[in-house]
Formats: sequence, C-alpha cells, structure tokens
Amino acid sequence: MIVAASKKPLRFGVVAGLGLTILFVSSLFVGVSDLPFRTAFSDPDALQLLLVSRLPRTLAAVLAGAGLAIAGLIMQTLARNRFVEPATAGTAQSAELGILAVTLLWPAATLAMKTLAASGAALLGTSIFFMTAHRLPPSQPFLVPLFGLVYGGVIGAGVTFIAWQADLLQYLAIWTNGDFSGVLRGRYELLWVGALMVALAWFVADRLTIMALGRDASIGLGLDYAGMMRIGLIIVSVIAALNVVVVGMIPFVGLVVPNIVSRIMGDNLRGTIKWVALSGAGLVLGCDIIGRLIRYPYEIPVGTVMGVVGGALFLWLLFRRPAHG
Amino acid sequence: MIRIENVSLSLQATPILHDISLTIPKGGVTALVGPNGAGKSSLLSLIARLQPLQTGAISIDGLPVDTTPNRTLAKIVAILRQDSVVASRLRVRELVSFGRFPHNRGRLTDTDRTIIEQSLKQFDLTDLAGRFIDTLSGGQRQRALVAMAFCQGTDYLLLDEPLNNLDMYYARDLMRSLRQVADGNGKTVVIVLHDINMAGAYADRIVAMKSGRVIADGAPAEMLTTPVLQDVFGFAMQVATINGKPIVLHHL
Ligand SMILES: Nc1ncnc2c1ncn2[C@@H]1O[C@H](COP(=O)(O)OP(=O)(O)OP(=O)(O)O)[C@@H](O)[C@H]1O
Ligand SMILES: [Mg+2]
Repeated sequence: MIVAASKKPLRFGVVAGLGLTILFVSSLFVGVSDLPFRTAFSDPDALQLLLVSRLPRTLAAVLAGAGLAIAGLIMQTLARNRFVEPATAGTAQSAELGILAVTLLWPAATLAMKTLAASGAALLGTSIFFMTAHRLPPSQPFLVPLFGLVYGGVIGAGVTFIAWQADLLQYLAIWTNGDFSGVLRGRYELLWVGALMVALAWFVADRLTIMALGRDASIGLGLDYAGMMRIGLIIVSVIAALNVVVVGMIPFVGLVVPNIVSRIMGDNLRGTIKWVALSGAGLVLGCDIIGRLIRYPYEIPVGTVMGVVGGALFLWLLFRRPAHG
Repeated sequence: MIRIENVSLSLQATPILHDISLTIPKGGVTALVGPNGAGKSSLLSLIARLQPLQTGAISIDGLPVDTTPNRTLAKIVAILRQDSVVASRLRVRELVSFGRFPHNRGRLTDTDRTIIEQSLKQFDLTDLAGRFIDTLSGGQRQRALVAMAFCQGTDYLLLDEPLNNLDMYYARDLMRSLRQVADGNGKTVVIVLHDINMAGAYADRIVAMKSGRVIADGAPAEMLTTPVLQDVFGFAMQVATINGKPIVLHHL
C-alpha cells in the first residue's frame, strides 16, 4: 500500500533511473566492432550492428537482470529469509537438469520447448526446496540458505555427472555461466516472457508484502496463502529457467539487489518492487559492460564479472549494519 | 456469536484440547485464562482458522470457520497471535495499513485512511508512524501489532496476550480501548490474559482453561475466588476486596 514516502527513496529512484539510462546508452556503443555515435544512424552497416547485436544484447541484459532480481526478491519473501536466491537454492540447478534431460532425450526440441522443460524442472526443484525449508526451525535462519546451498550443490553435481557421461560438458558451461556475447536478434526474445513475470510480480506486490509477514498473518488478512505460494514459485521458476536457457545463470543478482533496496527503502513491495527490477537491470548491464571493456578486445562473461562484483557487494552487505530510520 | 462444539485437537499424536464446547455471545469482552500450556492459544488459532479443525465444529455468526472463504472471514474476525514476529522492514503506518487489506485488497480509500489514522492515534503511534518496525522497542512494536488488528475493523477480535511487553500505562490503555469498542461499537473481544486482575477489572466473563479443557467459566465475581483460582492455577491465593471489587494477591 502506498503511504507517504520520504526523500531517501526518491533520491535512490533518481540515481537508479539515471544510472540505468546511462548504462543503456553506453552499452549500445561499447564493443569489439567500432560504432561511433555520430554515424550510428546514418551508416547502414552501423545501424545494422546496432539493431542485430547491440540493442538485443542490451535488452537481454536488462531483462535478465530485472528478472533475476525479482526472482530473488520473491524467493526471499516466500522463504522469509534474506539469504536465498534461485542461483544457490536449487532452482537454477533444477532448470539445468530439465534442459539437460530434454537435450539428451529430444535433441530436436526448440528453445521454447527447452525453456518449458527447464521451467517445469525448476518448479519441481524449488517446491521441494520450500517444503523442506519450511520445516527447518525458524530460530536458526542460517539453516535455510545452508540447506539451499547443499541442495543446489547436490543437484548441480548430478547435472555435471550426467553431462560428463553424455559428453555435454561444453553445453553445461553455457547454461551455468551467464554470457551475453552470443545474444543476437532472434535469440533472446524469450526473455520478454520474464518481463511478463516481473509485471505479474508487480501486480501482486501487496500480497507478497503480506506473505513476508508469515502464514498466520496472511490467512488472518484473508489471503489465499497456498495460491500465492504457487504464483510465487511459478514466477521464480520461469524466470530462472529462461535465464538458464537463453543466457546462462548469473549469480548474486537475486541475492544482493533485493537486500540493498530493502536496506534503503524497506519492504513495502508496492513501492519498492520497481526499484528492485531497475537496480537488477542496471547491475547486470553494468557488469556486462565491464566484461566487454576489461580485456578489450576480448570479453569476459557477465557471470564471471558478477561473481566478483556481486560477491564484493554481498560481503559489504554482511558487514555493514542495517541503516536505521 | 462464536459457537464451539465438541472441539478436540491433537498435535503430533499428543492430545492438546479435549472436547471443548463453548459459546461466546456477540458483544462484550471475554477473558481466557489458565496456566502455561493449557491450550488457550491453540483454541484461539482454531477459532481464527489458523489451525485446521480436526474434530467438532466452530462457527462465527453462523459461518463455519473451516468452510467459509478466507476472504469473508477476514472481514469478520481479526487475530493477534502471541508470538507475532515482523521480519519485514515496514514502517509503522504501512504495517497498520495492511489491516485494511481484507476490505480494500490493496487500494486505500479515504475511509481506510481515516481508520488507519484513528488506530495510530488510539495506540499513541502517530509520532512513530514513519519509523521502521525493526527500530521500535518491544512494547511499541506490540502496540503497532494491536493497532493493525484493530484497523481490520472486524466484529470479532481475538487477542492472544496483547499485554505482553506493555508498561502499566499502555496495558491499562489497551484494556480501556477494548472495553470502549465492546460497549460503544458492539464488538466481541476474546482476550488471553495472564494478569488475572486485568481480567477481573475489564472482562464481562472469564473462561478458565487447564490441560486442554474448560474447567471454570463465569462472571469475574464468581471466578476471582480462592477455591476457583486454586483449581485453575494450582496454588492458594488471597483475594481481597477493594471498593467492592475482588483483587487477587497472586504475587504474595
Ligand atoms: N506444534 C505443536 N506440537 C506439539 N505440541 C504443541 C504444539 N503447539 C503447542 N503444543 C502443546 O499444546 C499445549 C497447549 O499449547 P498452547 O500454546 O495452546 O498453550 P497456552 O495455553 O497458550 O500457553 P501459554 O500461556 O504458555 O501461552 C502445550 O502443552 C504445548 O506444548
Ligand atoms: Mg499461549
């Protein structure tokens, strides 16, 4: 519910919005092939490069980042634990298992079908995670992420083993480490389904805020707790699966972005969910640009850059005490 | 009217409540008392459909709690749990606003805003309205949770030990507020209390539970007597009379 806002969120909003705009424009003009700003729209070759490669790549980063941040936010809301995210708690690994199974059993499957299989597997894997996580004693909040790590690790190990047996390890690397360098027009559009999921999350933002108050409070306020749980799980699974299939999993986004926004603006999701999406988009896009520049003219995958940047942000979050106000 | 008929409850094969039948008429304050582990919270959870009904029947205003849609019940009955933890970083006003959710599904109307401001004022939270819940003291947080339950504006209010963490001023204040909504607005309040004198002073009726059963039930004057209290709590306490009202000297 919208209630009077203070100045801090406004400042955050301006910074995040402006930052994303700058990153978006920069992303269009940073890369191996030269694309001078002046000729971008007059030279047909340059325009072609912009439309076929740079713009899709930039949009893919924005969509992936926004989606992953929202998926992390929802997972944290449903688990009532700030330290879980799809990349570590078994969702991404289950999606990998799903796409691996399809690749093995039905190699002719289209990207959309693979995504569907990955989503189904992610949904199953995430549901099992939640069924177990809800049994863990709430007095020990670190058990939930710890269990998630072990659970995701076990599934991930299984995936690696099968991929190794089937000689598909190089495919696995594509799914497990996010990389936008292969993104071209016609190869990323599925990610727009992720945008739909983000919109759905926005639509149910008030309900999600109530879900974060726990089962009893949700039922007391007349919420369909089980139904909302299902909606949340579907959003998380579809977004994670899309990312695994289209660009490969990117770690940390779902973990650090919702936490930073919560520190600054609180957890009233009706007001904050758009900033979570925006910041996630900015973070992933920023990391992709860094990856393109740091060893120019070679590229470092965004997943690797995020491993460093996200890890540093996470440590900073852990050691910095929550702001009060 | 809350009608409880032959309700029993077992958790993990341990019997918790034994064949409870109880009728709470509409309007007035009913205090639920009894030793730790008597089953007070369990009974309240069943009434508020937080715990699925196993045997027996419970209805509120004729609506069975196990089959009536959750959304309908949320407009009729509000519950404050004994151990509510708010882990979210919400501001006091935001938290209290969510009490209106059953009515507006997220879109605040002017009526909602008026009720929210009223609830904030009633529990002396206006100055704290912009603060995050996790920066409040235990008693301030408790008041915010009570305000949220009040804000839900239901005819039935179930409060499980709402006096927890409240100082004497706010404890008395809350009891007076409850009295006021019961007398002025015809609301039905069921409140779990450990302070037997609060129950005696503010409730119309006291229901005593022990070991999963209702063992005594009556007006404060009948309940605040040495033999009844010894039955319920297991030790003899003196009951004095001050200004014609019974005062239990349980601390001596
Ligand atoms: N989830 C559970 N599993 C097993 N036993 C439970 C569970 N919850 C409560 N109990 C038991 O049920 C009994 C009644 O508990 P309840 O919380 O209703 O008591 P209470 O009257 O509210 O006590 P208090 O005054 O301490 O709040 C207790 O003996 C408790 O140990
Ligand atoms: Mg209790």
